[in-house]
Formats: sequence, structure tokens, C-alpha cells
Amino acid sequence: MIDWSVVVVSLPDFFSGLKVTLLLLAISLATGLLLSVPLAVARVSSIFWLAKPVWLYTYVIRGTPLLVQLFIIYYGFAQVEFIRESAAWNLFKEAWFCAWLAFAINTTAYTTEIIAGALRATPHGEIEAAKSLGMSSFNLYRRILLPSALRRALPQYSNEAVGMMHATAIASTVTLVDLTRVARDVYANHLATVEAFGTVAVFYFVLTFTLIGVFRLAERRWLKHLRPQTDAAPAIAVIAK
Amino acid sequence: MNDALFRASNISKRFGHTEVLRDVSLEAKRGDVIALIGSSGSGKSTFLRCLNLLEQPNAGKIHLNGRELRLAPGSDGVLKAVDPLELRAFRSKISMVFQHFNLWAHMTAERNVMEGLTVVLGMSATDARERAQHYLQKVGVYHRRDGFPAHLSGGEQQRVAIARALAMEPDVMLFDEPTSALDPELVGEVLRVMRAVADEGRTMIVVTHEMSFAREVSSEVMFLSKGVVEERGKPTEVLLNPQSERLRAFLANSLK
Repeated sequence: MIDWSVVVVSLPDFFSGLKVTLLLLAISLATGLLLSVPLAVARVSSIFWLAKPVWLYTYVIRGTPLLVQLFIIYYGFAQVEFIRESAAWNLFKEAWFCAWLAFAINTTAYTTEIIAGALRATPHGEIEAAKSLGMSSFNLYRRILLPSALRRALPQYSNEAVGMMHATAIASTVTLVDLTRVARDVYANHLATVEAFGTVAVFYFVLTFTLIGVFRLAERRWLKHLRPQTDAAPAIAVIAK
Repeated sequence: MNDALFRASNISKRFGHTEVLRDVSLEAKRGDVIALIGSSGSGKSTFLRCLNLLEQPNAGKIHLNGRELRLAPGSDGVLKAVDPLELRAFRSKISMVFQHFNLWAHMTAERNVMEGLTVVLGMSATDARERAQHYLQKVGVYHRRDGFPAHLSGGEQQRVAIARALAMEPDVMLFDEPTSALDPELVGEVLRVMRAVADEGRTMIVVTHEMSFAREVSSEVMFLSKGVVEERGKPTEVLLNPQSERLRAFLANSLK
């Protein structure tokens, strides 16, 4: 029923598609994480002109589909003469750059909200304790707020990372030959639906569970302080508390 | 008058239109243990929090070691430190122990004690660890130094918090109802540590409901009621021979 020869013949293409998917995911997530830490700090700031622009940015980006954002950057910007004639056109004519930009902008918005939420959830007493010792605001963020918020954000961020991984499939619409694009090509060449999309589904599935596994390890390492101590307290004692 | 280590004069505080403190003053010489007592809502915790500016008073002056902490009213009418650096230096000499411990949850007990030493006092990690372990030993939780706050009992957490405050080797220690959040059987271990700290000659200002601690350890008792000092003096005088009706009622209730 399944034509394994199609699968075997296409495997090298799938693996090169995997490379594209992983690279796009990695640079988008890295950019997103780097940008969203300062943006989240601005988002929770009590200074209006710091907080409101970030709020607007995350509101707009989270309110529109990623596909639309990518099309605006890849097709839309190409129609603006001002951009076509500027030096930036060298970047915007590249599908890779547009995909990276769209994905980074998108994941930054979500990640900013995740980290901002975690920052807001910091117990007020921990902030007062830091202040009462004479800690500066900078050190308060660097030593207390961000380390504890980034840890707390980890489970939610792992969802964002997995979601982002699935969303990279959208890059196939702007000529990037990622996993999904390879599957479509295989389907077009062989008219073998199960072979093409079944194989790519397995790739994504393995990728997802690898990613989740990595985050599990990270949580075990960084969220140790929130885990109940199973060796010390039997289940009944935990309930009693 | 001038040998006072710490002096807060005429502290007043309003929340909106509600006056919670009116002209409350306090003076501590080195080694004094001042107990602040009063029913809930009397303003004693607010007063304590004004002393290190976690709460900003509307009026008043604060002196430490003969130097005034410079305060100026902001646009909202409450006093703020003129110089943030000066405030931070001031706070590093006045450490506080909170009702709910307020340990940093993502750090081990030892890290909690080391943090202020490295980040605020600029000590090296090696020196800070040595000092942290010394004070953890002193409050009897050295064996729990690698535990995270959530894995410690309330009494252990509060003792770590006391070690964190002690390790700063401050001029004055503020205690904000340090045993009120503890299970009754854990209160004793924290009070024992506080007694030991007092016996060392540390200057302490303690908001407490523990009348036995106020009676046996403190050098002065202040009874606050509705934001004013109703009675103050030696613990034996104030607690055994209350003058005002309010204090008599309060003591009758708290001895039940």
C-alpha cells in the first residue's frame, strides 16, 4: 500500500528540508528570546512611554495571523518603491530574510507577553526583601526578577517554541524549501499523498517530542526549587499541607 | 539625646484620607530592643516599614548614626529619598525580617544569605559563602543550606531570613511580626534565635504579638493605637502596670 521506494528516494530531500526548518526555527527563537527580555521589562514598566508602545506591538502582532505578517513583509514591501530603491531591498528581496524577520517579530510578541506575565507574577515580598537590603533596581532585575521569571516562564515558553516549530511550515509559501515544501514537492512529483505527508508528519512528530524532551530537561534543571520533594514527604503529607 | 544610634522623629503617614500614623517617634541606642505592640490596624507595621522607607511617610525625619537621611516630598506629597544611592547605603545598614520570610524562591538557603553580601556589599563569593555559612550555623539551619525555601519548614525559612539580615551586619534590625505566619510549634525556635541575637547586643526594633518576648527581651515597649503612641516605657512598667484603658483591654485580650 505504501510505496516505500518513494520514501527512501526522497529521504535526502527531507533531511535537507529538516535542516532549513531547524535553522529557521533556531534563528527565530534566538532573536525572539534576545529581544523579548528587554521588551518584557519595558512592558511591565510603570513608565507610560516605555510600556504602551510594547503593549501596542504585542497587541497588533498577536491579533494578526503569522501568514499575513509574512506576506506583508515578503510581497507587500516589494511593492513599496521607497523600499525597493533603498539599500534595505537587498535584504527584503531574500525569502530567507523575510521569513526570519516575520517569524522573529511574531515569536518576540508572544514571548514578550509570556515573560511579562511571569515578571508580574513575582511575589511582591521577594521584591521588598531585595529593596530592604539596599539592592539597586538594576540588580533587582538582574539577580531576582529576571532569573525567577525566566524560570517560571519555561513551561509556557516550551509551548511557544513547539508552536513556532509547527509554524515554520508557513515559510514554504515564500519559496523556502523547508520540510513542508519538500513534502509538497514529493507529492507533486509522485502523486503519493501518504508517502509525502505521512513522512513529513513523522519528521515533525519526532522534532516535537525532541523539543519537549529538551524543555523537560531544562525544567528539571531550572525549576528544581518548585518541585515537591518526593523523597522527604509522602503523598499524604503533601495533601495535608 | 545625641548618643542615639537610630532616631525616627514625628513620622506621619496617610493612605488617602485615612491617617494611619501621627507624629510617631522612636529612638534606639546601640543594643536597644524596642518592641512595638498594638492591635491589628494600629499602624505598628506601617511605622516599621516607614523606618526603611518601604513605606513612604508623609512627614518625619530619620537619623542613623547621627546622619539624617535626606527626604523630600514628591509630587504626590509623600517623602522620598533625595539620593537613591544614599537610600541604598542606608538600607544596607538596616536589615529587615518579614512576616512571610520573603526568601527568594529560586535560590538555595545559602544563596539567599550570600546575595546581599555579593551584590550590595560587593564581597567576593568566597568571603560571602564563608560569612553566610557562619550565620546559617548561628541560627541553626546550616544543615539545610542547600535546600530551596519551598523545601524548608516555616521556622527554618524564617531562621534563614534572620541569617540573611544578620549577615549584612547591620546597625539596626527590623522585625515585622516574625512569628505571626508560623505554626504554633515552630514559633519557639524563631523566638530562641531572636533572643540570642538580642543577647549579642544587636539593636532591634520588633513588631510582635509575643508578649512574653516583649516582656523578657525588650528594653522598651511602645504601644500603638490608632496611629499614635498610647504608652511607652520599660516593659515591666508598660506591660504590668498599663495606664490607659486601651492598653489594658489589649493586654487582657492578648493574654487569653
